Amino acid sequence: MGGPPLADGIDTEIQAMSPLPAQKTSGNSLWSLLVKRLLLGLLLLWAVSLVIFAGTQILPGDVATSMLGQQATPEAVASIRKELGLEQPAPIRYVKWLGAAVTGDFGRSYSNRQDIAKSIAPRLKNTLLLAAMAAVIAVPLSILLGILSVLYNGTWVDRTIGLVTLSAISLPEFFAGYLLIAYFSVAHFWLPSSATVSDAMPIGQRLVVMLLPCLTLVLAVLGHMMRMTRAALLNVMASPYIETALLKGLPWWRIVWKHALPNALSPIINVVALNLAYLIVGVVVVEVIFVYPGMGQYLVDHVAKRDVPVVQAAGLVFAAVYILLNIVADMVSVLANPRLRHPR
Amino acid sequence: MRNLPPLTPMALIGLVGVAAFIVLAAFAPWFAPHPVSEVVGGVWDAPSADALLGTDNIGRDLFSRLVWGARITFVIAALSTAIAFLIGVSLGFYAAVRRGWIDQILSRLNDLMMAIPTLIFALVVLAVLPKNMLVLVLVMATLEATRVFRVSRAIAADLVGLDYVEVARLRGESWSWIIVREILPNALSPLLAELGLRFAFAILFLSTLSFLGLGVQPPIADWGSLVKENKDGLLFGIFAALIPGAAIAALVICVNLVVDWILRKTTSLKGARRNG
Repeated sequence: MGGPPLADGIDTEIQAMSPLPAQKTSGNSLWSLLVKRLLLGLLLLWAVSLVIFAGTQILPGDVATSMLGQQATPEAVASIRKELGLEQPAPIRYVKWLGAAVTGDFGRSYSNRQDIAKSIAPRLKNTLLLAAMAAVIAVPLSILLGILSVLYNGTWVDRTIGLVTLSAISLPEFFAGYLLIAYFSVAHFWLPSSATVSDAMPIGQRLVVMLLPCLTLVLAVLGHMMRMTRAALLNVMASPYIETALLKGLPWWRIVWKHALPNALSPIINVVALNLAYLIVGVVVVEVIFVYPGMGQYLVDHVAKRDVPVVQAAGLVFAAVYILLNIVADMVSVLANPRLRHPR
Repeated sequence: MRNLPPLTPMALIGLVGVAAFIVLAAFAPWFAPHPVSEVVGGVWDAPSADALLGTDNIGRDLFSRLVWGARITFVIAALSTAIAFLIGVSLGFYAAVRRGWIDQILSRLNDLMMAIPTLIFALVVLAVLPKNMLVLVLVMATLEATRVFRVSRAIAADLVGLDYVEVARLRGESWSWIIVREILPNALSPLLAELGLRFAFAILFLSTLSFLGLGVQPPIADWGSLVKENKDGLLFGIFAALIPGAAIAALVICVNLVVDWILRKTTSLKGARRNG
């Protein structure tokens, strides 16, 4: 398995990332590729569940004592251990936990006794909505900026876009978020500073409330996506056929648009996929800033409370979403680049 | 490293910024007018001659806390980056040189770690581990090491195929000799750029964790904690939280400018066909 590529905005990594692992396909149909990718994804997800479980259960430090704090009475510790089933050996606990998790049962939260699956469902919907809204704005915008900066490579347009996106990368999400709040909510009363949405809200109002978190998220991913799109395009621009096109006297925009872009499509899709990680990480912080009732806020709250069952469940859901998005991106990039269907 | 590209104005700004930050962190006691936790005024006082940037949420001098915080931010970010490089580069080179099943195992394990977004992984682990600085450094280092591993393995895998490494191998040199004498010197320049990127990322990551309340714990405060402490003032029109935020942003921009400058040598080879 090539593993889902995940980087933290490294232009050099463009060369290192392979869209698909070289695997022997007997029939080259898309379906068999899709099935293989899905199976690999499932395998990966299973391995991830092991890591998450190990990370919370086997690491030094007892869950029960860390939940209660240092001055817990032995009786309290013992009762929690019993409730969490900690007296059983770790492998058995893992099988039980995973078996229940596959059927959608994540158990009950330790801190508030609520059914975890029931709390997750609406939050996951909220988070996906916010992330999707940000992606719908950020993806086309960053690809457009990337193409523009290659079209005007080396001119002030390129430099300005480069400088702006460099700053966007360097801003911590919370700083960007508070800047937006300071301007739009405090200095002018245009938009609300907190994004507490509920299902009862009419959709128009909901979108208005989500505007600031969405903008923050766009800022968080825009720079990376644009810079990597630019790098992918420039990579293609270094090919001999581009030089041929140039020597044959084609106009520059035509070379970029007709010759480079179709060939850069697959790496660009990969760039978008790589940045899904930023979207997921960004969404956690953004939800905390804007008090948006999503998965990220849920996870952070319960990490602070050391509520292990919730943390495991939320971590698994985040990882599953991320792996799934990577599979989708892989498949789309195969669709965009038929050469990938015939591995060397 | 001897053939770094010529200094550009942007790179100079970056270098000066990073240097200023390091000096500030190193000589914090000389720059800070007040001790870290001394209360010098009311809650969120406006800037004055005594408190240059005003006071924070319980009346401590924000400027002094910023200076002391620079030290915490720098030490944790630098330590975790250094450990990440030690682990990541040596394992990455080792995997590339040994190839075969060693490479397979290390690479697949690394893929697995990277299949979980960094922040999610950190949050899951921090839910259980004790909250202290050592744990924080180690968690950050482990997560960053996966990225360093990937990059350094890719760099070394390119170098391993070259003739001079093949010659050394045929000459019967040990793999450790090959790593230290053949691979490392030729991988220094891209690794240097990577080091800068990782350091910038470590600063952002640490600040984010502290902002979420899961990083540096009070009474110690890094720049992310300062944002968290003062964020409630924002709604009353007090912008104390924005100052440490701006400091983080400025520092990361400076590091990125330096990295861009180091990378220029490699990227200018591509796409530099048109002047204009």
